[in-house]
Parts: sequence; C-alpha cells; structure tokens
Amino acid sequence: MAVLVVAEHDNASVKDATNKVVSAAKAMGGDVDVLVAGSNAGAAAAAAAKIEGVRKVLHADGATLAKQMAEPLEALIAPLMANYDAVLFPASTTGKNAAPRVAAKLDVMQVSGVIGVEGADTFVRPIYAGNAIITVKDEQPKKVLTVQPTAFKAAGEGGGAAVETVAAPGGPFKAAFVSEEMAKSDRPELASAKRVVSGGRALGSSEEFNRVLEPLADKLGAAVGASRAAVDAGYAPNDYQVGQTGKVVAPELYVAVGISGAIQHLAGMKDSKVIVAINKDEEAPIFQIADYGLVADYKAAVPELMDELTKAGV
Amino acid sequence: MKVLVPVKRVLDYNLKVRVKPDGSGVDLSNLKMSINPFCEIAVEEAVRMKEGGGGHAAGAATEVIAVSIGPDQAQETIRNALAIGADRGILVKADGEVEPLAVAKILKGVIDAEKPDLVILGKQAIDDDSNQTGQMLAALLGWPQATFASKVVLHGGKATVTREVDGGLQTIDVELPAIITSDLRLNEPRYASLPNIMKAKKKPIDVKAPADFGVDTTPRLKVVKTAEPGKRAGGVKVKSAGELVGKLKEAGVI
Repeated sequence: MAVLVVAEHDNASVKDATNKVVSAAKAMGGDVDVLVAGSNAGAAAAAAAKIEGVRKVLHADGATLAKQMAEPLEALIAPLMANYDAVLFPASTTGKNAAPRVAAKLDVMQVSGVIGVEGADTFVRPIYAGNAIITVKDEQPKKVLTVQPTAFKAAGEGGGAAVETVAAPGGPFKAAFVSEEMAKSDRPELASAKRVVSGGRALGSSEEFNRVLEPLADKLGAAVGASRAAVDAGYAPNDYQVGQTGKVVAPELYVAVGISGAIQHLAGMKDSKVIVAINKDEEAPIFQIADYGLVADYKAAVPELMDELTKAGV
Repeated sequence: MKVLVPVKRVLDYNLKVRVKPDGSGVDLSNLKMSINPFCEIAVEEAVRMKEGGGGHAAGAATEVIAVSIGPDQAQETIRNALAIGADRGILVKADGEVEPLAVAKILKGVIDAEKPDLVILGKQAIDDDSNQTGQMLAALLGWPQATFASKVVLHGGKATVTREVDGGLQTIDVELPAIITSDLRLNEPRYASLPNIMKAKKKPIDVKAPADFGVDTTPRLKVVKTAEPGKRAGGVKVKSAGELVGKLKEAGVI
C-alpha cells in the first residue's frame, strides 16, 4: 500500500501540520510519500525530505502552483493517484478546497476531517460539530482523506528521503489569484500555537476584546482566538474563530475569557492539554471541561492574572 | 443570468443531536429540521443578485432556482428558499443518506438540464460536516470554484470572490460559469416576511428522482459505529488568579 501526503507549506518551509498528517498516513501502514506542490518551493521540498518515515518527496514546481489553488492541484494530483492507494490532505483551507476535486475526479467519496486511523481502511471522524463521532469503513479502491492535524502527533525529523521532480500542470485555469490580505502579527499562528488566549461575546466590543486579550496573549506568547459568537458580533476577525466552523486547536494551554462554551466552540479546543476558563457565570458549560475554572468577571480577573504572572516571573 | 442554489434539510442548528444508545446512528425522530445555515446564506446571496443589494446590481440574476435532494419533507426546505426570494424549486426525491459525491452527480444532471451561469452552495452542511459537495460538483463540471466566500462581486462574465482562508483573506477571479460556496460572513439572511411565505406556497416545485439523472445513490462509505464524543473530565475551580498561576506552574504549562 502506498499513501501520498499533500504537504502544507509556504514554499519556504513545511508546516507542522504536514508532519502530523504523515503520522496519520503511517498509521494506515505501507509506504508514505509527500507531495510538495508550489512555486520556488525547493526549500520546502528539502524540509519535507527530513520528515521521519517518508519514502520519497514528490516536488512539483511551477507558476500555476504558486497559490496552491484547487484547479491546478486537482490537475496535478488526480493523475499521480495511479501510483497510490490513498491521498491525505491536511484539513486546512487549502486541503479542504482541493481534496474533494481530486475525489470527484477519481469517482470516490472523500472522508473528511479524520481524527483517528484504525487501520488501512477504517477512519474516525466527527459529525454534527463534534457532537457525534463516527467510525467509517472505506473500501473504495482509492481513498481521499482530509486529516485534522491536531488529532495526530507530529512525525519527527531526521529522515533523508530522496526528492523526485514531477511536472507542474501547465494551465491555463479558469480561476486566477488576485490578491491576499494576511493578518500580520508577531504572535504565533493560531492553528499551531502552544498557547492560545481566546475571548467570547462577554467582552462586548472589538476595542475591549483587543484591550483585554492582547496584553495577556503577549505576556504568554500566545495566539489570540475567539468564539463564533464573538466573531459573529464583529469583535474579532473570522480567522480568529476557534470551533467546528473555524479552526481546531490543541495547544498546551488554552485560556478562555468570557466564553460560555457552546458545543461548536468546545469541538474546536477540547483536545487542548490544559484548559483555563474565566467566566462570571458559574453555570457556564465551559467549566465542565476546564481544568481550572475561575468564576470571576474578566474585568478584574485578567489584570490580576497579569500581575500574578509577572510575580511568577512569566 | 440564471443562478442555481442547492439547499439541504438538516437538524435545526439550535438543537443538540442525540446518539442512539446502540451506536447505530443519530436519533432525529421528532426533532425540528431546518435549512442548513450555510445554504440559507447562499440563497440570500443569489436573491440579492436578483433584487439588488449586498453590492449587486438589481437584475444581475434573472432567475434563482433552489434545488434540494432529500425526502418529501425537503420540499419545506425549498419553500424556505422560495420565501427568501428564489423563483422556483426542484426536489430530487431520495430517502436515506445521500453522500456528497452522489449529490454532486445529481446536481451535475440538474445543471446540464438547466444551464445556470452560477451555482452558489453552502460551504458545508452542519450535519455531516463534509465540506465536499461544491468542490466535487466543480470538478465534475470542469468549472472553476471559489469556496468559503465572504464577498462576491460580479463583472463582465467573471466573479471576483474574497475567500476566508487560514491566516486571512484571499481574493480570486473565476470565469463564469463557476461554483461559489458561502462562508458565514457572506451576508446575513433576511427573515422571510409572512406575505413572502404565502407567495412561496404558490411557486412551482418540480419533482425528480436520482434515476432521472442516472445516478446511483448507494453509499460508498460504511458507517460502522456512531458514538458520543469522549467526555473531558472537568477540573477544579480556583478561588483567585494567584491560585490559578500556582496550578499552571504545577502543570508545567507556564
């Protein structure tokens, strides 16, 4: 059995999500190859070759792949599947965008958002925003999966796989990149941060959201997240959203400030190692899953927490 | 311009799903079903293209067709779309689970017959959370796609679409005909007014079957078990920020 993992990368380096999806691929058994599809992505391909347990790296390089759009990825990956039994994409916006195109081209049903691998053809995934977990048997000749990276441990470094060049698709394609506006921040990226500070609707305004959470995040070296309620209310941008309809995170420390703990939010953060909840409502569902709950108004509690962290030398 | 909007009937988003004790699936009996929220946003966008608003000129869309694949009751979901302002409906009657691949194949059949210039779908359904149908449909048709849309601007045979991607926003141009899938912030759907709900009852709904499009809806994947998610044991309440910092030190996370 041969499994192809589609790397999550920015042409210069490979994201940690790739190492995690490699682990999921290894759990299926068989050989694992990694595809780096990009433009001037030699450095990313070299980094992918160092991931432990990778047989070889396929490197496709060309202008059509610069933004890893769905149409060229489909054109590249569908024919490659002649040599593979399964292809695994990270459940990132790039992976979620492209994977179903490949599946449709191969005439197979995709298994989305896999959080567990129980062998070569049996996978575990959440439905209903994580309120039910299904085990799915996929006996199709080719398998297409998107994998929730946070559910898997990252494969280590220290491998030395060969890098093989494959041709990039020529195009033209009927979708064209125009521009992008990436949130600029010195903070770690939300999806892979070791610490996350998240705010909810209780914060009441975007000014208050930033005033309260940013200093705490800076102090902890944490990424900033938000509940869907806070995003819907316009207190935080959509890419801050943690939850089933946003990002799924699993940091070492997750601090929820003024978040009640709607099911859809919990689905996005319940695998965090340590969860802290600060909420003045003693009955808030977030306390049922928090390791440490502080029943207090954030207005007083967050400054106190800042002081205590300073005293503790953080 | 003709716009087609597929809509799915799902468990109302305010309700919590129950897993059957024998692990054979989820129990939806006697629970309120509604239009999938992302589909509702898709309908709203299409109707704004017809009526004007949300950055669209009135008349940009000349006809909006709502399609649903599901049981008889999915007619209610179509009526919901008609009450928002869609012109007519097509129900492709199918009982039981129809997977995204089969849905995409049926929709391709509908599109081959209707020849719309644009198809707007929800980015995912809140029941199976697959996030596949729009992309699969685009691949089957050989059309470009713009998923996770938060803004759509139509101009000269193209759509410029702003997409919600990890880390920010991406803007792309797609040539029409194209597939667009809606993210949460594309628009805020209206509440259908009573007169419009009444009017929707008189709008036509065609009824078809998957076989009309030569599609076999037998599931490809076998669900062997449905379980409750693992419960995370609740921890302790701390009395002060000082105690909290002490606990976090003990846990080795600060």
